[in-house]
Amino acid sequence: MTFTTDSGIPVKAVYTPEDFPERDYEAKLGAPGAYPYTRGVYPTMYRGQLWTMRQYAGFGTAGETNRRFRYLLGEGSTGLSIAFDLPTQLGLDSDAAAAEGAVGRVGVAVDSLADMETIFEGIPLEKVSTSMTINATAPVLLAMVLAVGERQGVPAAKLSGTTQNDILKEFIARGTYIFPPQPSLKLALDIVEYCQKNVPRWNTMNIAGYHIREAGADAVQELAFTLANAIAYIEAARARGLAVDEFAPRLSYSLGCFRDLFEEVAKYRAARRLFARIMKERFQAQDPKSLLFRTFSGSCGSTLAAQQPLNNIVRVTLHALMGVLGGHQAIHTACWDEGFALPSQDAATLALRTQQILAYESGVASTVDPLAGSYYVESLTDEIERRAEAYLAKIDAMGGMLAAIESGYIAREIQAASVRYQRAVDSGEKVIVGLNKFQSGEAEQSPAELFEIDPEVEARQKRSLAEVKRRRSPDKVNQALNQLQGAIAANENVMPAVLDAVKAYATVGEICGVMRSRWGEYRAPAHLR
Amino acid sequence: MKPTRVLLAKVGLDGHDRGLKLVAHYLMDAGMEVIYLGLRSTPEQVVSAALDEDVDVVGLSFLAGDHMVLAPRVLEGLKRKQLGDVMVLVGGIVHKRDIPALERMGVRRIFLPGTPPGEIVKFIQGKGAAA
Repeated sequence: MTFTTDSGIPVKAVYTPEDFPERDYEAKLGAPGAYPYTRGVYPTMYRGQLWTMRQYAGFGTAGETNRRFRYLLGEGSTGLSIAFDLPTQLGLDSDAAAAEGAVGRVGVAVDSLADMETIFEGIPLEKVSTSMTINATAPVLLAMVLAVGERQGVPAAKLSGTTQNDILKEFIARGTYIFPPQPSLKLALDIVEYCQKNVPRWNTMNIAGYHIREAGADAVQELAFTLANAIAYIEAARARGLAVDEFAPRLSYSLGCFRDLFEEVAKYRAARRLFARIMKERFQAQDPKSLLFRTFSGSCGSTLAAQQPLNNIVRVTLHALMGVLGGHQAIHTACWDEGFALPSQDAATLALRTQQILAYESGVASTVDPLAGSYYVESLTDEIERRAEAYLAKIDAMGGMLAAIESGYIAREIQAASVRYQRAVDSGEKVIVGLNKFQSGEAEQSPAELFEIDPEVEARQKRSLAEVKRRRSPDKVNQALNQLQGAIAANENVMPAVLDAVKAYATVGEICGVMRSRWGEYRAPAHLR
Repeated sequence: MKPTRVLLAKVGLDGHDRGLKLVAHYLMDAGMEVIYLGLRSTPEQVVSAALDEDVDVVGLSFLAGDHMVLAPRVLEGLKRKQLGDVMVLVGGIVHKRDIPALERMGVRRIFLPGTPPGEIVKFIQGKGAAA
């Protein structure tokens, strides 16, 4: 019988000092908070500050999301993470024909600044950091947060938070792109450039492997493609004349928590080391902050099963443990009922409690990088780094990540891994408890209560959008949209014009409409093999 | 014998097509011809592709809770084009409560999370137009 990790890396029966000689310690590990950062990005890690427990939430209207946020903050959540509905992510207003059936469903519906004001009612932006899972329309949503901050009396320089703003992975996973790759990349960099000057504490991008993993990639591909995307952004930013040490410290990253505990921990450690070396050697970064692979990790929903769903609570506990042993700065834990519907409030609370139990009861956060020096984990860290580097060399040879994406190479690699994984599940080589082994008599046990989106949400949101449109000044809106059109035509940074448009209560659909009329919409070719 | 032709579609705004592509792979391995229109198809695009491509099966993937709005439009569109005999399948996250309604509308089978793709292949081979 052969043993492998979840991603197919061979595993020996026993690891010994031959797999990790003592002499490698300084070069490969070093101290936490020092190059090459394998052991963590900060010297004291969780002894200094626990990770941020950042639960992803957002549904229905702004008012409902505001109530869920206040509840989560009251229960000890320390950061917010906003999920937006698909129309908001794709630059459509709630009254657009294509939005029907999707308003407020997988996240909160935001049409105009009025919605963002409601989301943050009673939540002081200077005390709470906000992470937004938003990509193609990130400039618009960021502008709305800046405008709310202004209204709350918080200057842009004091705002902290994150825009995901990682458009490249949308073309290979997740799928919420609007414009063709080139203008998409330009918009992403507009945020980087604007924040560098005006919102210095904002994390301008969260370059995400999580979604790549969820699209079917294995651990090595997840890491390699995330770093390849990062390299593409950094090269594009430098081509724009930005100096690496001025923007790199505000880039953050995310990786998924999958099934194989040691492989995942090794992946996070390899990620920090490989990234630091790339920044230092390839980009000649001087500021140590540019070398930090700061991460937000999250449970991969695809590891959860709808069969015997309570088992997911155990899986999520393992995800959180991987995240903590892997030294992440923020962690999201999934809810056990996600395979059926949006999480119920009880399930969301339990997911948060899971992190709190790990943080305050288990002792796993008491010392930095506790798995360091394990012959197995160190050997696996080396192997994952080696394999990821081989991918990066291949992508470089293809002319970089944009070319590799456009040729379909990345999509095909992910698809091949996804099929390999499914075949292993089919054959029973990979066990999913309750699904292909240890099935109980009942094929399925649904949770007793499922979270339901109020069917009236769409109608209510459309009414409030109509109200906003009635109250605002059409002249100001037109003027702002014309100004935006001019900025796009002149290839200027769009952020100032978007900010003005948002303040005039121009809608997400109107602002993106101006961009669509210039850049068109992109239809990606579908690669099936 | 002419191979079974299957149109797979993501209708609506959701961009997660891992499951759909996996099913596509298994269907192709079983000798079927698969047409995938890419993300964000409208019901109208699906209906006209089903007509143009002369398909036996239409498979719709839903993960974002919009199936009760969009699936009926595809089914009605197919009937209007005299394609009522095309086998329509749905896969993804579907609330249990919605299953009887979808079946009444004419969806032949709903495949929920965790379904082995091979089961979908067998279902089409057993009951599809080719049978």
